[in-house]
Formats: sequence, structure tokens, C-alpha cells
Amino acid sequence: MEQSLTITLTVNGTQVTRHVAARQHLVDFLREELGLTGSHIGCEHGVCGACTIRVNGDIVRGCLMLAVQADGCRVDTVEGLSDSRELEKLQKAFHEKNALQCGFCTPGMLMAAQNLVLQKKKFSREEIKSHISGNYCRCTGYQAIVDAIEEVING
Amino acid sequence: MKAPSFAYAKPRTLAEGFDLLERPGAKILAGGQSLIPSLNMRLSAPELLVDITGLAALRGITLEQGVVRIGALTTHTEIERSAEIPKHVPLLAEAVRHIAHPAIRNRGTLGGSIALADPAAEYPACLVALEATIVLQSTAGERMVKAEEFFKGLFDVDLEAGELVTAVEIPALLKDERSVFLELARRQGDYAIVGLAGVTKSSGRRLAFFGLSSKPVLLKPKSLDDAKASLPAPAADLYHSPATKLHLAKVLLERAWNSL
Repeated sequence: MEQSLTITLTVNGTQVTRHVAARQHLVDFLREELGLTGSHIGCEHGVCGACTIRVNGDIVRGCLMLAVQADGCRVDTVEGLSDSRELEKLQKAFHEKNALQCGFCTPGMLMAAQNLVLQKKKFSREEIKSHISGNYCRCTGYQAIVDAIEEVING
Repeated sequence: MKAPSFAYAKPRTLAEGFDLLERPGAKILAGGQSLIPSLNMRLSAPELLVDITGLAALRGITLEQGVVRIGALTTHTEIERSAEIPKHVPLLAEAVRHIAHPAIRNRGTLGGSIALADPAAEYPACLVALEATIVLQSTAGERMVKAEEFFKGLFDVDLEAGELVTAVEIPALLKDERSVFLELARRQGDYAIVGLAGVTKSSGRRLAFFGLSSKPVLLKPKSLDDAKASLPAPAADLYHSPATKLHLAKVLLERAWNSL
């Protein structure tokens, strides 16, 4: 059986075809093969959320999906959503509320938060905290992050 | 860490899948939310991953003649968003919100969770309390196993080599039946310290605890005192002593008893 396969997927709107090892997870593929280093690798076993990306419109852990599983999928990363200005309001709010210090968790945090923003409803602070509970930040203590997300969601 | 080397195949039909599963070192990949971490940590070293997520027949939720059938590949998010589940299996609708986080619920599957049978996971206890049936398939045909018998021990289930979990069948809740789901975890989305899935039926109460023992602990108590007395001595985990777990189990038991 093949230990490497050819995959074709759409990353941030651009179709790419690559030959990849079956063992390579999706974030390594994005970082190493495509140079998209915005999605970070923290724990590499699904706990920290730094690798949160969108696959076919749903947020997933990029480290818990193999690149070969993304064959035929639409993948969006923090780079794509920054360039399309989809994240503009969140990025501005994160900046203004001081919602990042070292910034390592920020791409994953933005991807998770945008998932909430897209639901176009109001959410309580508790609901926001619950939604980002799978994204670890070791600097801010989360309050400023919740402030920023709350500002974008609830105005 | 990085996963070891393995081959990968994505069958288009069940028959193709069963063929692949006969190869040496083959392992089923569904949502991958427990398998891929174990590969990344090199706790698992399969020679071939058989990605079954292309098998559309294993997806979906249907209600027929008072039985809710959930395909093995149905994700936690699909269960969470289903219109049928809160109406007919409210216990599962409550439980699913305790499973990890949105990004994980988008990929993790019902079949994967029960085939793994983590002792602190939500679904196994729910299925035991609900008197669910697990539907298994192999080249020899279909086999139905009661949830109570399916979960045998620590990460151990009644699943033969070459067999695949294809669906779960749950009797829909009747009008006079009630259910309750309670879980204590250190953080939102963590595996449980201890949890309880309870159902009241005309035949009596069925309380299934998780996080207490190597598999769901089912009690069919006549009274609250009877239930407290029949709780087994729990096993410690990394952070909680048996005494703490027993105390917390009793706390959940009292809360559940009052709402059932």
C-alpha cells in the first residue's frame, strides 16, 4: 500500500496539488509544503487549539487531520481570512483590547472566534468562554480576548 | 511529536473496506480525534489506516418505529445540531455539549468514540443507560450487541477483528420517561472526573456512571440510599483519589435523583 499519495485541495481559494506522506498532518503540510506558517503547532495532540483552521467551512484541529484526508477539501487559514479581510473586525478588536501578548495562540484564537462571529447571534461572556475553551492562551488570562470577541459580536 | 510511517487507503464501498481491513496491521480511521493524537504521540503504530469517512451509508440520523438509528460516522456536531435528537434522545443532546470543543466535535464521530471506549467518555454511559444496541458488520454479516454487553472493560469492547461499528440504535424516549445528564470536569471540554447518564423508564431508573471504573457502571436502584450503597469503589485517576471520586459520584447521584 502507498505511504504517500497525491492530493488536490483548495487552500485560501487557490487549488494546489502535492505528493504527500500519509503520516503528515494538515498543519505540517500547510507550514512545510505551502509556507503558510500562520497556523501554529503547539501541543500536536489536539489540546491547545493553536492550529485551528477551517476545512469545508468548519473549524478543525489541523494537527488532528492528515493532509491526505484534506484531498478534495476547501481549506482556509488565518492568512486567507486576513487577506480577504474577513478577520478585520476581530483583528482590530484584539489590537485595541490588548488581547494578545506573545501572539502564539492568536491565529487559532481568531479562527475559533470568527466561527462564533459567523453565527450572527449575540453571545454571553460565558458562551464566548465556552466556545474558546479549546484554545489555550498562556499570556493574557483570557479576559482581554473575551472582551475583544464580545465587542465584535455584541457591538 | 510526529506520527510514525503508515500507508493510507480510503475505500469507496464497505466491501472494499472489509478487504483492506484484512491486511496486516490495518486500523480503522474515522474522525481521528483520538487516533491521530495517539499516532502523533507514537502510542499507536498501525501499518495501514483505512479511512472509512467516504462511506456515506454510515452517516445520518433516522427515526423509524420508535427507534432512533445513528450512523457510526455521524459527528458530534451533527448530533448537536440534529432536530430529532433533542426530541427523542434528549440525554444525548445534553451529553454532546460536554464532548471536547467545537473544532473537535466537527470531526469526532459516535462510532469512533464507542469503538475506543474511553472509560471517562460520555457516549458509552449514555448508551448503556438508554438500553441502546450497537450494530456491527463484517463480511460474515450483521451482528447486534446490547450496549451493556458491548463495553467490556478499559478500552475493550465486543468487536471482533474485521468487524466495523456501523450504527447505534436507541429506543426513542416515551412521553412519561425522563433523562438527566451530569458531568464534572476540571475544565470545559475535558474528559470527566465523574459523570452520570440517567434515565427513568416505566421499569425503573437506569443510572450509568462514567469516569468511575474501567467501563460504564450501571445501577438500577430502588431508592437513593440503595443507589449510594451500590456504588463501586472507584479507581483513582491522575488527579483524584478514590475517595474524591466516590464523594463526587454521590453528589451527582443526589442531583440526578431529584430531577429524574
